[in-house]
Amino acid sequence: MKTRNKPTHVLPGFGLTLGFSALYLCLIVLIPLSALFVSALRMDANQFWETVTSPRVVASYRLTFGASFAAAIINAVFGLLVAWVLVRYRFAGRKLIDAMVDLPFALPTAVAGIALTTIYAPNGWMGRLLAPMGVKAAFTPLGIVIALTFIGLPFVVRTVQPVLEDLGTEIEEAAASLGATPFQTFRRILFPELLPSLLTGFALAFARALGEYGSVIFIAGNMPMKTEITPLVIITKLEQYDYAGATAIALVMLVLSFVLLLTINLLQRWTQRSRQCQ
Amino acid sequence: MSITYTQADLRRTHPAYRGRWTPVVLTTIAILFLGVFLVLPLAAVFVEAFRKGLGVYLQSFSDPDARSAMRLTLLVALVVIPLNLVFGVAASWAITKFDFRGKGLFLTLIDLPFAISPVISGVIFVMLFGLNGWFGPWLLEHHIQIIFAVPGIVLATLFVTFPFIARELIPLMQSQGTEQEQAALVLGASGWQMFWRVTLPNIKWGLLYGVILCNARAIGEFGAVSVVSGHIRGQTNTVPLHIEILYNEYNFVGAFAMAALLTLLALITLAVKTLVEWKTKKDQAKAVVGGIR
Repeated sequence: MKTRNKPTHVLPGFGLTLGFSALYLCLIVLIPLSALFVSALRMDANQFWETVTSPRVVASYRLTFGASFAAAIINAVFGLLVAWVLVRYRFAGRKLIDAMVDLPFALPTAVAGIALTTIYAPNGWMGRLLAPMGVKAAFTPLGIVIALTFIGLPFVVRTVQPVLEDLGTEIEEAAASLGATPFQTFRRILFPELLPSLLTGFALAFARALGEYGSVIFIAGNMPMKTEITPLVIITKLEQYDYAGATAIALVMLVLSFVLLLTINLLQRWTQRSRQCQ
Repeated sequence: MSITYTQADLRRTHPAYRGRWTPVVLTTIAILFLGVFLVLPLAAVFVEAFRKGLGVYLQSFSDPDARSAMRLTLLVALVVIPLNLVFGVAASWAITKFDFRGKGLFLTLIDLPFAISPVISGVIFVMLFGLNGWFGPWLLEHHIQIIFAVPGIVLATLFVTFPFIARELIPLMQSQGTEQEQAALVLGASGWQMFWRVTLPNIKWGLLYGVILCNARAIGEFGAVSVVSGHIRGQTNTVPLHIEILYNEYNFVGAFAMAALLTLLALITLAVKTLVEWKTKKDQAKAVVGGIR
């Protein structure tokens, strides 16, 4: 890369484009973000700690984390399966399904929210099937997991798919011809190769789920201590003009997102390295 | 279900390797999963929208509040897209055509809005421009309203859609290198001529997809806009916020009629994505053939 870009200062516009984009980045992203940090720093440490560890807020962390984790696990399992089917098998409608996987990226979250709530409400298409089994989905934590699974669905598929396409079938055939069972081939050959991209997809889906708001609030029921997610707690505090409280919780979530972003960056580097090794 | 195999698939379906039914079973599970999670919500939107017939469906668009919501959403998209478009092209130009210190950091900072909860994206603007915010007192004195008004909605939308166009262009322009632009300059083109005649035609499909993605998010954004909008009917309600109000008032046909409109837009977005991927593949194939010749 370095050698190719070396003589590039021949091209015009470096100062203009870098200067403009850096200024725009500061105005739209960095200054607003730093406002949150500075506001939080001005808070009294005790007050900050009390806000972010109050029982209602802690219950919301537990729910948000638990539901996001469950949804990301579901997406890891089924995302891997969908990626496998799309890459390895040829069947009618494959291209259409491939295109449809990105629907959760394109569909506004509020639309997803009301559609899922309608389906999983006790009289909805899925709700009616689940009710006789004694399963309530809408307005329970299960409903939140369903909404977050929808939102995170494309991440694992789209990170695993290109790796699987590059992988080829030779090693698997070698393993099979040496007498490995399909399960052994998967566990010993495929899984280690796919693990970095699978983890990246999992982390992306998890990170997205933690902050998700629009698709969740309709199906959640929003009962304090039971089905109230952390982003909703922030909004509730704002509506009660408790700006300090909202800032404190927002800062906790923001720091968490940065940690996840860092993890995802490291995972992506690992994925690239192991892809280059092939 | 009829499943055909490629050559490699045929070899792998040898009984010693894998059961004959495995592909069928796995494909069925995958399709069932996607059917429940993707197709059902899609179907539900249209079924609910047309539940009381086409007349009631169309009527919900003549409601003045619905019209004002559509106007506002369109306005926000029309302001946000050009701004993020200029930024996206400028940032990708600087990042992919030049080497400079801190490029990695710059790339990470561009991605930042993707990592942040939409709700927090709204909160930060309340911290800046709200009544108790940094500029709150000054704005009040000068009778300028940003939060609970259109400028706040535009700012929050700018923030959440910030990375889309740059993210589409950077990998594309990285793979294209700088040779063609250098050739144009050597042949005597001016900077702008080079940009319009060489760079832009090369990136047009990626740019189109970036704009479409940015548009989809700008029109559909809910969390961030919900924090800064104030939900004033007929004034600061975008279409997604109007959907929420209608739904909470049990006006399901009205809510799903608006939702169907946004769903249609999402489907168009997916179609454009597929088209762009196909076009890019064709262009790459052409470039490879040209290289051999």
